[in-house]
Amino acid sequence: MSRLKPPAWFVLLLPAVIILAAVVLIPLLLSLYSSFTPYRLTRPDSLYRWIGFANYEKALTSIHFWTAFGRTVLLLTIALNLEMLMGLGLALLVNKVTWGQRSLRTIMMFPMMFSPILVGFQFKFIFNDNVGLVNNALQSLGLTDQAIPWLVDGKLAFFSILVAEMWSSTSVFAILILAGLFAVPRDPIEAATVDGCTPWQTFRHITLPFIMPFIYIALAIRSLDVARAYDIVQIMTNGGPARRTELLWTLIGRTGYVDARMGYANAMGYISIFLAIFFTVYFFRKLNAARAELGMGG
Amino acid sequence: MNENLKHRIKARILKALHLFALFIAMAIICVPGLWIVLNSFRPTVEIMAKPPVWIPSELNLDNYRAMFGAVGEGGVPVVQYFTNSLIISVTSTVIAILVGMAGGYAFARFKFKGKAGIFIGLMLTRAVPGVSLSLPLFIVMAKTGLIDTHLGLILVYVALNVPFTIWLIDGFFRQVPIELAEAAEIDGCTRWQAFWKVEFPVARAGIASAGIFAFLTSWNEYALASQLTRSTFSKTMPVGLRDFTSEFTINWGGMCALAVLMIIPALILTFIVQKHLIAGLTFGGVKG
Repeated sequence: MSRLKPPAWFVLLLPAVIILAAVVLIPLLLSLYSSFTPYRLTRPDSLYRWIGFANYEKALTSIHFWTAFGRTVLLLTIALNLEMLMGLGLALLVNKVTWGQRSLRTIMMFPMMFSPILVGFQFKFIFNDNVGLVNNALQSLGLTDQAIPWLVDGKLAFFSILVAEMWSSTSVFAILILAGLFAVPRDPIEAATVDGCTPWQTFRHITLPFIMPFIYIALAIRSLDVARAYDIVQIMTNGGPARRTELLWTLIGRTGYVDARMGYANAMGYISIFLAIFFTVYFFRKLNAARAELGMGG
Repeated sequence: MNENLKHRIKARILKALHLFALFIAMAIICVPGLWIVLNSFRPTVEIMAKPPVWIPSELNLDNYRAMFGAVGEGGVPVVQYFTNSLIISVTSTVIAILVGMAGGYAFARFKFKGKAGIFIGLMLTRAVPGVSLSLPLFIVMAKTGLIDTHLGLILVYVALNVPFTIWLIDGFFRQVPIELAEAAEIDGCTRWQAFWKVEFPVARAGIASAGIFAFLTSWNEYALASQLTRSTFSKTMPVGLRDFTSEFTINWGGMCALAVLMIIPALILTFIVQKHLIAGLTFGGVKG
């Protein structure tokens, strides 16, 4: 008797596919459908009126949407690059330490233990223009004699959000890069030192290619993890004042829940997903290229 | 001789610079957290004082006492929140790691058609903004009766974490030379034994870090938890933080006390799991 046996990879992937289909795909189809309707939370029957691409047209021609879109790309680009560089620096610093490294690694991951909502509250307090720590520190150092409106001025608020975001997420890069540093084989490094390479050359040509896959994994994870930043931004400024720190996530959240225009919010959500698709595919390609160089591709 | 001395001085300076940089980095990481810990022991007057009081005149447990106290006196159902958070995070992490290990192993070790496509497809499920997912998810959960249950949040968090655990664990399995498993199989191990005895211990560092990520994500998640929980029966700690805010004011002391209670388990767990991250270190010597 011969039985058709599914290949091993299929069986191994099945649980992941099932759970993702159940929890993400079904709601996703629902919200995709609702983006073609004028669905408002206050009027449930509006879910059954089909209006085609009207919501998408509205979003694509909306200046608010594009400003938020641009600001989100800007924030993501700056934050990802700086977090990556600082994470690399932090990982190298900690990797060099020979004593108490376990404790240092735990401290290094400290910000990750803070719920993003807590980070939001905390930095809202730190950047408060009246009782906030930053202003008070600047004033007692005599650098300024007036209250700087960190969360009110558009540019400063953007900067404050960036700082909060970087504080909370640099450790994601640091810990992954550190794990990569642990996996770097010792032999080529010793060989390079014997051959007279400077530390910089050794780092540039041996260590760095080896940790590149880890950097790309971290970049991909962080670029996808936009939902985390939502809490921080929502608590700190909620896109305000007067849309000056509006990001896609606060715009979509507010349109959907406060204005109750769910259909429109979902349409904006789907346009913004292309941003995530772009980042994912881009980093995936980079990752595969880096792995091919190390002979780990396929 | 002179050359030698120069070299030694240079090494000293580099070492001092290294320590200095490390100290600055650690300080930046720690200060905001220490401020929260400090605030949890101080009365609101002192927290809000201007200029800020760095060295507290008085430390007390009032905020903690109030938090654990009766509802009318500023108490919140902390113990219930804590239990909910613990059950939900631990269960969802264990499931996410198992599912992620299976998936990661499949991607790292097997060649099949459409691999890149399936991989990206799985990752993209995480690309959906939480905001656009939360309402349809709420509707589906309401229809299936999973609103306000532990199971509902566990399912959501597993789905949230699986793309990452797969991606991470796949990355770490790829670091394990395939020859190692093959050698074990030649020595008479089954594929299953080869996996558990050879590949799993070597990839343990990666699995541990994936575990930390998954646990912290579910422990700290707020947006979806606030949507899918109704009562103290399933509310988690991050949602509980909101108990301390009202329309115009924030009870800082109380919030900081809850925050401390929230960070401690994460800190302990991370410290324990750190041990397994060292497994990667000892493996560094094995040639690929």
